[in-house]
Amino acid sequence: MTDIAIQSGGAILYAPGTSDVEIEAAARAAALQRKRTVIFWRCFILAVMLGAWEVTARTGIIDAFFYSYPSAIAERLYELVLEGTDEAPLWYHLWITMEEALIGFFFGSVFGIVFGVALGRNRMASDVLSVYIKVLNAIPRVVLAPIFILLFGFGLWSKVALSFIMVFFVVFSNAFQGVLEADRAMIANAQILGASPWQVTRSVIIPSAMSWIFASLHISFGFAIVGAIVGEFIGARYGIGFIIQTARGVHDTAEMYASIVIIVVVVLTAEYLMTLLEQRLARWRPAPVGDGHE
Amino acid sequence: MSDQQNPSVPAIELINVSRRFLSPDGKSFMTLQDFSMTVARGEFVALVGPTGCGKSTTLNLITGLGRPSSGEVRVMGQPVRGIDPRVGFVFQADALFPWRNVIDNVAAGPLFRGRPRAEAYEAAHDWIGRVGLAKFERHYPHQLSGGMRKRVALAQTFINGPEILLMDEPFSALDVQTRVVMHEELLQLWSISKASVVFVTHDLEEAIGLADKVYVLTARPATVKAIHAIDIPRPRVISEIRYEPHFIELSRTIWKDLREEVQMSSDDMKSAA
Repeated sequence: MTDIAIQSGGAILYAPGTSDVEIEAAARAAALQRKRTVIFWRCFILAVMLGAWEVTARTGIIDAFFYSYPSAIAERLYELVLEGTDEAPLWYHLWITMEEALIGFFFGSVFGIVFGVALGRNRMASDVLSVYIKVLNAIPRVVLAPIFILLFGFGLWSKVALSFIMVFFVVFSNAFQGVLEADRAMIANAQILGASPWQVTRSVIIPSAMSWIFASLHISFGFAIVGAIVGEFIGARYGIGFIIQTARGVHDTAEMYASIVIIVVVVLTAEYLMTLLEQRLARWRPAPVGDGHE
Repeated sequence: MSDQQNPSVPAIELINVSRRFLSPDGKSFMTLQDFSMTVARGEFVALVGPTGCGKSTTLNLITGLGRPSSGEVRVMGQPVRGIDPRVGFVFQADALFPWRNVIDNVAAGPLFRGRPRAEAYEAAHDWIGRVGLAKFERHYPHQLSGGMRKRVALAQTFINGPEILLMDEPFSALDVQTRVVMHEELLQLWSISKASVVFVTHDLEEAIGLADKVYVLTARPATVKAIHAIDIPRPRVISEIRYEPHFIELSRTIWKDLREEVQMSSDDMKSAA
């Protein structure tokens, strides 16, 4: 590229007479080069970390009993996928955890959105109830796990309740804030165009709160999984939390780490699907300005 | 004959209207004081005055979004109670719905008012054509320029067939060239619709170019300082008339009134700061 592009303090100057086609080709090549560099360093860091872990654990610098090591974890993961545990195949455990988390997530978000929007639209109700919401929000959610087990038993519903409560407050407070942030002029415009209060809520308030709500959904899916797994720690017959708890009982650290890997993959997948959905719903938003960063 | 149909009844009347606001620390202050204004049917009135003097408050009282603390506001002879469906409003800020494309934005009014979908979209299609955006029906607001967004806002307002059109510095964010084009566009739409207009602006030339009557307001609390009739014949070509001697003469006269108030309001701000 040195024949057409002169590097000058970060900005690229092109020699006089360079055609648009050449400039575009050079820009494409530079973007591709940059992407390759990013991917290379990502892989490099991963390889170094895993390599260091493997070597230090095998040579006894760190205690493999507590920390295990990558190849053992990969092997255990492979066995889990193929054979499952004594109680059930892995897929069944995963399904149980997902079922708990998804039901909790679904109802938690629905109730969070409905209550958030309703309170955001009603000043009096929000002034009256805000103190109670603060108090409830101050309870660390995990302490409710034993109570829910007592209330709903060892089955599905105690974990659903825990997931629900983890998700609800996050979604609720974001939906509430999103309603308050809705543009005054836009609301007035809708009213003068003839919108009833319900039409204002539906066609102005909810769409403008949507980016706030989505931000909370991203975080709270992780919370839903936390709720399900913590519930399973306390008492369960199946589920990923149950696998981790059992592995702890027999000091199988490789299996504990393998379960963590499974959960990470699940959460990342869910995150990815949610981003796709958000992009579909938010087609109206201006695309972020591209300046060569991925 | 009821007041509603009687054409001799003014479209808008503000009779000795005052409006108080409470500041966050509980003090009350006045934005409008003994304000009176009459807008005849089909008349184009412009309000000019120093920044922050209460021009927008006046419009809010006419829409019914705000209530007077004393005095009376009448629309078509009837006291204002709530939002009147005969009123249309064009905002200073971008008040389009960014998640709706152009045609969905324009169809919003008729749909809110319960007209059938097909009919609403047919009317929207028609109005988008009239403001020259036929090729942009499926575009979202962020894909349009400032001037095009204002055209959408005009179509969105005119589709409801308002008998009273309130405009709150609608073109202040546009560049000078675009603004002149929009003025001509507005005058054309208005000449067909026969609506009564109250146009708030701080741009004196804009006021003179568009209006039949210019109200000069005083610094806060706002009251009417002077009313100037603009006898420039219609149809007017905005891009031309500003160079005519009579236009310049009018601007000079009105500016004399306005200057004192602008001076006073900026002195107030300095002493408050």
